[in-house]
Amino acid sequence: MTQLRLADESAAGGARVPAVEVLGLSKHYGSVEAVRTVTFQVAPREVFAFLGPNGAGKSTTIRMLCTLTRPTAGQARVAGFDVTRQPRAVRRSIGLVFQDQTLDEQLTAEENLRFHAVLYGVPRDQVGPRLDRVLELVDLTSRRSDLVSTYSGGMARRLEIARALLHTPEVLFLDEPTVGLDPQTRSRMWEDVLRLRDEEGAAVFFTTHYMDEAEYADRIAIIDHGAIVALDTPAALKATVGADTVYLRTADDATAAARLRAAGFAVERSGEAPREHGLVVAVADGEGAVGALVLAAGVTVERVRVHTPDLDDVFLHFTGRQIREQAGDGAHSVMRRFATASRRR
Amino acid sequence: MPTDIALNLSDEGRTVAMVWQRELLRFMRARIRIATNFVQPVLFLVVLGAGLGPLVGETGGVDFKQFVFPGVVAMGVVTTAMFSAVSILWDREFGFLREMLVAPVTRTALVLGKAAGGATVATLQGSVMLVLAPVVHVRLTLGVVLGVLGSSLLMAFAMTAFGTFVASRMQKLESFSVVMQFFMLPMLFLSGALFPLGDLPGWLVALTRLDPLTYAVDPLRRAVFAAQDVPPEALERFPVGVEVFGWTLPVVVEVAVVVAFAAVFLTLAVRSLGRPD
Repeated sequence: MTQLRLADESAAGGARVPAVEVLGLSKHYGSVEAVRTVTFQVAPREVFAFLGPNGAGKSTTIRMLCTLTRPTAGQARVAGFDVTRQPRAVRRSIGLVFQDQTLDEQLTAEENLRFHAVLYGVPRDQVGPRLDRVLELVDLTSRRSDLVSTYSGGMARRLEIARALLHTPEVLFLDEPTVGLDPQTRSRMWEDVLRLRDEEGAAVFFTTHYMDEAEYADRIAIIDHGAIVALDTPAALKATVGADTVYLRTADDATAAARLRAAGFAVERSGEAPREHGLVVAVADGEGAVGALVLAAGVTVERVRVHTPDLDDVFLHFTGRQIREQAGDGAHSVMRRFATASRRR
Repeated sequence: MPTDIALNLSDEGRTVAMVWQRELLRFMRARIRIATNFVQPVLFLVVLGAGLGPLVGETGGVDFKQFVFPGVVAMGVVTTAMFSAVSILWDREFGFLREMLVAPVTRTALVLGKAAGGATVATLQGSVMLVLAPVVHVRLTLGVVLGVLGSSLLMAFAMTAFGTFVASRMQKLESFSVVMQFFMLPMLFLSGALFPLGDLPGWLVALTRLDPLTYAVDPLRRAVFAAQDVPPEALERFPVGVEVFGWTLPVVVEVAVVVAFAAVFLTLAVRSLGRPD
């Protein structure tokens, strides 16, 4: 992890300061350590993911960065502003999208945006043009005069993202932004977010417990029990887990295993196990090695499967657990959304 | 030591105006609420007036309906004002309160906007009752209309401030309704809106003087009575003015009492709304 010092205040608010700088940030609730001396940095325009199971400290960290919760210890700066000493400046520099919807459904999309523009001090003459632009970015221009109560979940979420970008923030915070959205809407939302990062130039900091979603990030911090256990690019994280794995089923596993070992391959399981388990070979480039493996085995190869490490393996590697074991809360939030939706009728 | 963005009064003013405007927009879109809020005071005026009228009788050409008319206007204002703060709980329920609380504005601006919005709505709702003035033979002059609007606004602001404070401490809609009902009827009954505060037992007099609404209803009734022909004997029967320790308070003092009440509860509401942890 990078060494950083938060002493240099001369650059505060400038374009080249990191979007987020965090040094030894902690939050205790009584004896519970929700976040433990977390340190990281997010570059301007970077897409940064906080990946971890529910209760790992993701939301608490986001709340501290957004000045909604006071840190117990440590320092944090957002867009160059100190979260405890310059909360108003921080709030002006960030866009927020929460896990739960925060739109006024009895107002139109445009009215929601105008309200936001005033609260975030967007100069009067810029309100109109910004409104047009963000609505266009999320493709809601034709629905701008409709009440938000007529929107689908995905549209409402896109409107919230548009709203969060209205005041041209330097950092966009998304707390579990796709909870309760269907897969199609989720990927649509990510397309929007990534395009907005490119066009609006804001850094994106998001939390998630979906592995596939973390892949959208330039860098991922894996957080578990309040501490960061790994921080790197998705590719580098996968590389730390190790090589690809090739599963082979052959007519004669014992012979194949012996021949493969002789050819210098790392065979992890021999044919002594029940036959259908086959052989497991660890190799740097799994797909590229298939030909050589089949040739070296020298017996009939019935089936080949190549497994490249994914973020599930990374998470398992660093925490010793599968993230899905803890993800039960996600379903719970979905249920809550349904409950809220049905109350509205 | 880095300094935060300075407080910009024009930005805060824009926020107050925007929050106010939103309350009005939402009010205009809830047409059913406008209608139901209107029906209740009409019932009081027409049914209670007709029912109690013969019992009370007429003194010097003034009857119960004319006496109770300003009280019914007050009732419309108070009911709407106290319950307007329920919007804070709806906002909490639907998450919009969060959008407001995380914005780089002061809670004071948010609370002032909410209170101003609720007060405007309640004043409109109460003043609509003026259309019924001819029905109960109450003469309307420009003075009456302005007086009613002014006193209603003051009353509405105070009651909205109170409601906002209660709402800022509540998490659930149900508890808010219960608490508001608990306060509203005693406050209305003790305010002199529905019966004269003249010949009452001592303990009841003391209670009526403790009710802040008493000081808001009286200016309203004075404004209406000022334009009517009220002979001395009628004024004896249906007195105006609030006497405290033998001193009849001038309107200015009554207004000051209500303003102080509003200020106290606005301050409390600002302090308790969405305190960060």
